[in-house]
Amino acid sequence: MGEKVLMKGNEAIAEAAIRSGCRHFFGYPITPQTELSAYMAKKMPKIGGVFLQAESEVSAINMVYGAAGAGARAMTSSSSPGISLKSEGISYIAAADLPCVIVDIVRGGPGLGGIQPAQSDYFQATRGGGHGDYHLVVVAPNSVQEIVQLTADAFNLADTYRVPVMILGDGTLGQMMEPVDFDDIPQPIKKEKDWATTGTGLKREHNIINSLYLSPEELESKVLAREKVYDAIKEKEVRYEAHDIEDADIIAVSYGTTSRIVESAVRTLRAEGYKVGVIRPITLWPFPVEVIRQAAETAKAFISVEMSMGQMVEDVKLAVNGKAPVYFYGRTGGIIPTPDEVIAQIKNIAGGSSND
Amino acid sequence: MNTAMHLAEQGKKVTMVDLDIVNPYFRTNDARSILEQRGIRVIAPEFANSNLDMPAVPQEVASVFCDRETTAVFDVGGDEDGAFALGQYKRFFDEEGYGMYMVVNAKRPMMAEDGALFAMARMIEAASRLKFTGVINNTNLGKLSDTQTLCSGMEQAKKLAQELGVPIAAQSGLPEVLAGLPQEVEGRRLPMRIYIKMPWEI
Repeated sequence: MGEKVLMKGNEAIAEAAIRSGCRHFFGYPITPQTELSAYMAKKMPKIGGVFLQAESEVSAINMVYGAAGAGARAMTSSSSPGISLKSEGISYIAAADLPCVIVDIVRGGPGLGGIQPAQSDYFQATRGGGHGDYHLVVVAPNSVQEIVQLTADAFNLADTYRVPVMILGDGTLGQMMEPVDFDDIPQPIKKEKDWATTGTGLKREHNIINSLYLSPEELESKVLAREKVYDAIKEKEVRYEAHDIEDADIIAVSYGTTSRIVESAVRTLRAEGYKVGVIRPITLWPFPVEVIRQAAETAKAFISVEMSMGQMVEDVKLAVNGKAPVYFYGRTGGIIPTPDEVIAQIKNIAGGSSND
Repeated sequence: MNTAMHLAEQGKKVTMVDLDIVNPYFRTNDARSILEQRGIRVIAPEFANSNLDMPAVPQEVASVFCDRETTAVFDVGGDEDGAFALGQYKRFFDEEGYGMYMVVNAKRPMMAEDGALFAMARMIEAASRLKFTGVINNTNLGKLSDTQTLCSGMEQAKKLAQELGVPIAAQSGLPEVLAGLPQEVEGRRLPMRIYIKMPWEI
């Protein structure tokens, strides 16, 4: 086993990106993700990479657009209000079928909100903060070790499908330190980027990176072709963790930092004899619909626990499709739910009362 | 925080200054009530732990230099950027006397690289306009730490102490980690308690 180091989540994203071949990082500081940019600023010059602090988030995402168009593994990172600013660029990148990785270490919102952790950007991440028919692949780690794995996966998914991929964490995940190793980090896939604007060498036609189509028919055919890519992603790339769902009366669904609070609560509840199961979506898009759909055949109720006013709960309801009641518990504004609060909510459901 | 608690346990009058202008979360101010219960005065930026990212140094900090009966413990953000906040107090530190310790965790990223610790120490000295007076070995992997983890940072801590021309002031870690340390290892033992828990820890 390789040597472990003690890293902040933000640092681990940066190191994993570098080890995944990312040599182009364009950012703009914002709490609580700044350590990621700071790490890149220190390390990129030592390894021949580019760290560039742009004059704004809008500028940074358009630099990613350029670097990705030239075939480089490019990354940018920000936090909630910064992602809002990047959203136009993200839509353009998706429309140009370019691979890149965007990190959102979520803070409280809306507006300037606050610097404490939140998960209230679920809609923005999974529904597209930008305009048009597009999706981001969204991965949501819940530990610093999983950050390493999913950062490497994010670059590989982006290159495989030519789509932008978002790593969605919350402030706690970005700021907390955990031991981590890079032993099993997935290797970068080898993918020919014959579409990249790397110079024709007078041997081929120009590659054009563009998102404007003069004819509606051409635009529609592009969107339809991209939809087929999304179908393939939905079929092959869904990830989740589930346990204790076979005999569960109640299934708790949560992701990221909240999933660790729910784990803690469920351990206590199981020890007290409550039949509670856990489903943790690791990809938020594509959402793990099938496992929830199947679990809804036997479970009596679901609860979605989030640091928001109820966003992922909509996807849980769609997957459950009316087979069982779906409850919600959330805190927001930078407040983290406690295991005791989750325990009380689940006991309340088990007792037959409803908050839905 | 542990240093402040140890001093308070010895019956000293202690003020803890949260001068961390780098880390927005997991900071001394999180444990303010624990410190205050021990009779430790806490000075922290007005907006610490709030929703506002305003790392302004409180004017109250200057008051610790006026009270010679009090030992002040400064918690400074862990790199040269964090140390910058100390520089403005150089004149007072020079007048009142101080100890400044480089707390080494060789398991932090980039710290294992040859010369990295020394380079960082010099940058911190330049930013703070103060000189280190000792090195504390606190090499750890959080919850995965054992005596071997602490020992793995020993050589780097020693090398740094030699390069800076200062002693190894202490070995710090959880009590069970320190218990396994051979007696001949230099530096007093500074047992630590983890006061700030993660949200999922019951």
